[in-house]
This record gives sequence, C-alpha cells and structure tokens, in this order.
Amino acid sequence: MSAVVDAIQLAPAAAAHGYWRSVFSRLTRDKVALTFFSILVLIFVAAIFAPLIAPSDPYASSILNRLKPIGTPGHLLGTDELGRDMLTRLIYGGRLSLLMGLAPVVLAFAVGSFLGITAGFVGGRVNTAIMRTVDVFYAFPSVLLAVAISGALGAGIVNALVSLTIVFIPPIARVAESVTTQVRSLDFVEAARASGAGAPTIIRVHIIGNVLGPIFIYATSLISVCMILASGLSFLGLGTKPPQPEWGLMLNTLRTAIFQNPWVAALPGMMIFAVSICFNLLSDGVRQAMDVTR
Amino acid sequence: MLAFVIRRLAYVIPISLAVSAVCFALVFLAPGDPLSAVMPADASADLVEKLKVDYGFDKPIPVQFGKWVWRALHGDLGMSLATGRPVNSEIARAISNTFVLAFFACSIGFTLGLVLGTVAGYFHGTWIDKTVTAIAVTGVSVPHYWLGMVLVIVFAVLYPVLPAMGMGAGGSAEWAWDWEHIRFVILPAATLSVIPTSIIARTVRALVADILQREFVIALIAKGLTDRGVFLHVVKNAAPTALAVMGVQLGYLLGGSILVETVFSWPGTGFLLNVAIFQRDLPLLQGTILFLAMFFVLLNVLVDILQTFVDPRIRRT
Amino acid sequence: MILQVKQLKKYFSTGKSFFGKSRGTVHAVDDISFEVAAGETLGIVGESGCGKTTAARLLMRLIEPDEGEVLLEGRRIGGAQGGMSLTEARRRMQMVFQDSYASLNPRLPIEASIAFGPMVHGVAEREALKRSRDLLARVGLEPSRFAARYSHELSGGQRQRVNIARALALQPRVVILDEAVSALDKSVEAQVLNLLLDLKTEFGLTYLFISHDLNVVRYMSDRVMVMYLGKIAEIGPVESIYRETGHPYTRALLSAMPTLDPDRRTTEPPLAGDPPNPIDPPPGCRFRARCAYAESVCERIDPADAVGHSGHLIACHMSIPRSGHTRQGLAQ
Repeated sequence: MSAVVDAIQLAPAAAAHGYWRSVFSRLTRDKVALTFFSILVLIFVAAIFAPLIAPSDPYASSILNRLKPIGTPGHLLGTDELGRDMLTRLIYGGRLSLLMGLAPVVLAFAVGSFLGITAGFVGGRVNTAIMRTVDVFYAFPSVLLAVAISGALGAGIVNALVSLTIVFIPPIARVAESVTTQVRSLDFVEAARASGAGAPTIIRVHIIGNVLGPIFIYATSLISVCMILASGLSFLGLGTKPPQPEWGLMLNTLRTAIFQNPWVAALPGMMIFAVSICFNLLSDGVRQAMDVTR
Repeated sequence: MLAFVIRRLAYVIPISLAVSAVCFALVFLAPGDPLSAVMPADASADLVEKLKVDYGFDKPIPVQFGKWVWRALHGDLGMSLATGRPVNSEIARAISNTFVLAFFACSIGFTLGLVLGTVAGYFHGTWIDKTVTAIAVTGVSVPHYWLGMVLVIVFAVLYPVLPAMGMGAGGSAEWAWDWEHIRFVILPAATLSVIPTSIIARTVRALVADILQREFVIALIAKGLTDRGVFLHVVKNAAPTALAVMGVQLGYLLGGSILVETVFSWPGTGFLLNVAIFQRDLPLLQGTILFLAMFFVLLNVLVDILQTFVDPRIRRT
Repeated sequence: MILQVKQLKKYFSTGKSFFGKSRGTVHAVDDISFEVAAGETLGIVGESGCGKTTAARLLMRLIEPDEGEVLLEGRRIGGAQGGMSLTEARRRMQMVFQDSYASLNPRLPIEASIAFGPMVHGVAEREALKRSRDLLARVGLEPSRFAARYSHELSGGQRQRVNIARALALQPRVVILDEAVSALDKSVEAQVLNLLLDLKTEFGLTYLFISHDLNVVRYMSDRVMVMYLGKIAEIGPVESIYRETGHPYTRALLSAMPTLDPDRRTTEPPLAGDPPNPIDPPPGCRFRARCAYAESVCERIDPADAVGHSGHLIACHMSIPRSGHTRQGLAQ
C-alpha cells in the first residue's frame, strides 16, 4: 500500500470537546444570563422551602389587619384584603404559579415533540393528518383557546393545566415537525438508510439528538408566556380557587383594593413580571450559547 | 396568482369547520350533561322540550353539530343564560366597543413599533438599539393585566387624571368620538398596545438591520444612492414581513383583549367572555369564542393574501 | 458482471395548481441500461440535472424506481425467489456522498458514525468499534487521534476519508462515489483519489465514479458513461471516449475543457441553443435542441444505443448505420 498518510493532518490544539460542555462553558460566561438565572434560582428555592422561610401562615386571615401598608411591623410587605401576610403569600404563591407556568410547557414539550417528530419523519399522509389537526388548534389565538377550554371545564388547577397544555402543544409540534423534516433530508440520514438501518434505529441514533435541541430552546421561550397566561387564567377566576395563594389569583382579589392600598395590590404582578423576564432572558442566553457552537 | 387566492380562500372552509367543531365540543367538556349547560335554571318544561328539539339532543352528535352550524350561519347563536337576550345581539353590541379599543391600540402599537424598530435597526449596535431591545423584552415579559392595574394606580389613584374603568361617564355603553369618551380609552389602549409594540419593534429592528447590511444595499450606496433611496429600499423589503406580523398582532388583540377589558371594565367582547365565565353561561361563551375564532381565521387569510400582493417572492402557482 | 441495470426509469411530477395547468413530469432517469464488470471503475459524467445523482440513489434504493430492475451479482434487488433482499444489497453496495459535512451526524464521534452500519447488521459494539478504528487507520487517520473527534473538528478532506471508511465498514463489493471529491481543494482531492485507488486494489472493489470533472473521471475510470437529460448519450472504454468521441455532446464537453496544449484547439462548433428543460422533454433525440448536426431524423426517432466501434455505444444517428442521417459514418 502506497503512502496514505495525509500530510495535512493538522490536529487542532484543543482535545475533542463534548457538545454540551462547550454550551455550558459559554453560558457561564454570559453575565446577563447568569444574573437572571440566579434570581430565578432564588425564587425557586424560596418557593420550595416556603414553610421554612415564610414568616407566617398563608391562610391566617384577620379582618382587623386588612390592607396594611408595606413596612408595617410584623408584615414586611403589608397584608391583603383578608388580613393575610403578603410576604408569606407571595412566597407560597410561587409554588403554584411556577408549577402552572412550567408543567404545561413540560407536558406540551413531551407530547408536541412526539407528534412533530413522528409527522416529520414519516411524512406523507401521517404527516398531513397530524399537522392539519394541530393546525386547527393553532388557528385559535392562545388566550382565546385557553379561556375557551378552561371556561368550559371550569375553574381548578388540573383543568387549567389541561387547558394550557393543549394550548402549547400545537406550536411545539409545528417546530418539531419542521426541524425533523429538515434533519431527515440531510445526507447522514440518507447514509444511515443506505446502511440498512430501520426507522426506529435511525430516529433514535440520528434524529433525536439533532432535533431535541432546537425544540427545547423553542419550548423554553414559551415558559414566560405560559406563566403569564396561567396567572391570567387565575386572574379571570379560571385557575386556582381562593383561598389558595397564587400570584394571578391574588391580583384578582386585590384588584378592588387598589384605591385603598395600591402598592400592596400591585405586588403579585411584580412577581409574575420578574419571573417572566428571568425566563425570557435565560431562554435568549441559552439560545445564543447553543448557536455559536454550531 | 388568482389560483393561489382561490386556493387560500378554499382552505378557509375546512379550517372553519374544524374550528367550529372545537367550539361545538366545548359544551361536552363542561361538567354535567350538555342540556343543563345551555338551559336557564328556571326553565319551564316547554322550554326544555323546545331546546331539546332545537339542539337535537336526542340525535347523534354529527346531526347536532350540523344543526348548530346551520343555526350559526343564520346568525342564531342561542340565548344567553345570564341576560336572556340572544347571544348574537350581545356580541353585536360588544364587538363595536372592542373594535374601538383595538383601533386605538393598533394605532399606537403599529406606529410606535415601526418607529422604534426602524430607528433601532438603523442604529444597529448602538445604545439606541440596546435601549429599544430592552424595552421590547420588557414589553413581552410584562403581564399586561398587571400593567393595566399599575397604570390605573398611577393615573387614576395616585394622580387622578384619567378614569379607572368603563367606557364613558356613568357607565355609558355607547361610544362617541369625543374627548369625554376618548379619555376612557387611553389607559386600556395603552395597556393593550404594549405587546404589539414590542413584537413589531423587535421584528422590524431585525429586518431593518439585516437589510441594511445585505450586499445589495452596500452596492447601492457605493453607487451613490441617497439616504432617501436607501430608506425606500428598506421599506420595500421589510414591508411584507412587517405586514404579516401586524396582521397576527391584530388577531392577538382580539384574544388579549379579554384580560385588559376585565381590568378596565371595558364593555367589549372580552368583558362578555368574562361575564360568561363568571355566570357559567355556556351559550354566550360558545358563541363569543366562535365569533372571535372565525374572525381570527378570516383575518389570517386576508393577511396571507395581502402578503402575496406585496411580496413577489411568495407568489405561488 | 457484478452490476446490471435494466431499463431503469424514474419520473417526478411537479405539482401545479389544480386550476388549468397540467402536472409536468420530470424525466429524471429515462430508461437507462448498462453493466459494470467486477473490479472496474465506471465513470459517470454529465451536466447538472442529467440524472446521474438520481441514478445513484436508485441503485442504492434510496428512491424507488418507477420501472426497471437492478441486478447485483446476478440477483435482482428486491426480487422474490432468488432475488436479493434490500438488507443484503445494502451490505454489498455502499455510497459516498458529495457533502462531506452533511454526511456525518454532528452529534456522534466519528468512530461511532463508522461503526453504525456494522452494528445495524448485528455486529457487536466492541467488534464494530474495533473495525471502525482499523478502517480509520486504513484511510490515513490515526485512530488514537481521530476516533473520538466530532465532524466539525475535521477538515473537508479528513471528513471525506471518514465517509469512505464508513462506506467500507460494511465490507461492500460495489462503492458508488457521488461527486465524492468535488467539494475538496485540488491538493486534497489528489490525495483522496489516490487513497481510493489503493483501497480499490486492496479490497477488490468495484467503483461507480460520478463526477462533472472530466479530468478526474479520466484519471480514475476504466469505462465512462455520459448522461444527458436522463438518458445515456455514450458509454465505452475511457480512452475511446476521450479520443474517438462519437456523440456530439461528449465532444462539446471535452472541447470545453480548458487546456494549454496548442495542438488541441477547438475545432467543433460550440453547443447551440438553450439549456434543456427536464420537464416534459420533446420527442426524438434529447440533444437535438443544442446539436449543430440535428436533422429531421433526429426529431422523429430517439436514437437507441447502437453498436459503435469496439464496445463503444453511442446514442446518435450519426453513428447508427442506415439511420438516414446525412452525416452517418462521419463520426469523427
């Protein structure tokens, strides 16, 4: 055999890097993303450890103590319209609000990815059937659809979760289908077919790894929308029911109090806003980190 | 070209049917049997019988659906349980109010969004750009119902210059184009316009920045094209996408209006939905949702068709 | 004959609106038949759109043919009783694609990409990885340095070596090289071509070498097939094609090759007419719209392959005895 040595085997200085390692290192250098990530972690931790951190009982009401202003001794952030401590209710409120903001997206990610990847990979009539059905739900503005389904089902956490999941499945499924169709047409998938691999193997080895990334990024960008929508449903009386502490519901019940104690009334919304912005900026940061590596 | 338009219009039919099917199915989602969901609590036996026949509850579901669609096409959307009036008249009154609100919100949103986006795109990378981007991100992250409350707090409670709710003095339900009424629309319109402004600003900014650094523009400038000429080019190239986004935002306003109208007690379709939910008034809920959804679908079709006229690249055979 | 192709056809329909316009049909591959002997290299040349890539994908059964059959080692691929199953065929015939980057899964280290094929066919993972590393060494990429790398960490030439190793992992007898070196720099291209020649000798392979670069094809091939608009224009031994060209299209292609040799001047008229439309081709010879010698017989009858001189088939009336063409017999 003649010399088959590649004279231009220029070895890059760095050793072979895992893909996720480089994404992670890029992320940790993004100051903005890190700041808001820390804030988010703080809020999460506070919510999880609420019983340990909160000063009082979120359900303890006292008519005499109604709508005390911020800075009242014993009630750092004032009290609500039933005399309950605001700080406590805000911390506890994080549990339900975060749950209702995250769970639907997680569920929709699972279901939507499954539908979209199947449609994108199989193509043909299966694709048409799945995507046209998805399109029907996509034809509704999301708020309207959420309100419609929740309105019919009635108030309650589970109902709201169902409604929100249904709202977020179509956009995720569409993205999943689009990405899968693109990846499927790449040469390495053809090469895998040419090797004689069957569809399940190809999907497992070649498609999933390349497709879940973009879908995941897209899903994270939906979290803040879901949070606002979930709290919005509670605000309309379609989500959590009183006396449960949840930021949207608190906004609703405090609404009538804006003439007496506007600052306290605005507090729950501040929390929703803060979490929403954190998720948005974090999602942007993740997207940038994943982009540059490609 | 015409073929595309016709095809696009034809597509409306199956999607409308599917959308109405979803609306129709809402009744079956509600707890309890469908009949009680559409029946007033104090209904007489005669009324119950009449409803049974009208809605066809003893018939198979496709037949019920068919009857429902048939009635809807004739404008009959049932009777509201809460008010006892026909649903379609409730909607008719409310929709004009929502249009007024949407009109103001659109004007603010589109103008502001376009201006901010264009400016940011032209000054890409400078502090102007960063400021606009920050504003846009904030705008998309803020819960608009909360923002409404904050605006009310600032402008009606702390510094009472504007009314906190309603559409006219004394709970008026008639709109008129005078200052008496316009001062009521300022806060709700401002609130509603925040998200469209942000999204349009963001989109336009990306478009303008992208166009400006495309090679054909650089080539044109090198050939001596004036600033005005460049601007016209930017507009021509950005217009299709910008229009599409604006169309979608208009649709969003219909859905998003429910929360804002609730905050400001603005008597539009959103407020109607709120009433329907609060009173468990399923016919009203169904009818309003159907109306709004269909409006959205038709709006999208219109935007699609308009886009083909504006953007020659989309012309499909 | 290790590979026999008989009357292979593949048409694509271009969808049009359902108002008025009928659906056009692209005759991507239109009734081609040829044979490849074991151990030889058949070069396939033609302009973009002539159907060579579609033909390659038809042979690999990545697309289903509309008509015709492919026989590998005498057995029909996909045929029942005595035919060869698709899985078997995939083990015996492999392909190297043009885009070296898109051919590799960016998420897998390259040894996993190479080992994928054998593992699909039941080879244990350890054995497959060992085979993968052996092949890496064979194609000139030292396993200890390259096995765990990702495709974006390699150069174009290195990636194409990986693709070749991947194709060889299944120990095929036939390898289709679809523009395998077209995207590489010239110096790298030369190295990869020499690698291919060495591997062919070492493993006793048969190549189908698809390219639009006539010099490279001449270097690599024993026989050459010229395609035009989905049909075979000419097929024959390499030197025959290059020196005693029969078909006007081939001659035009060859004369378009730039050369510094003052003895090789362009004496033929250049290609006339417009580039062809592959949709709904007109009757008769496909090339007549651009041929300087087209006559009425060319319009009426599509020249089937005729026996030209010494195993050299030319699809042109000028080379077919008694075709009625005025220049018949004046094939030079």
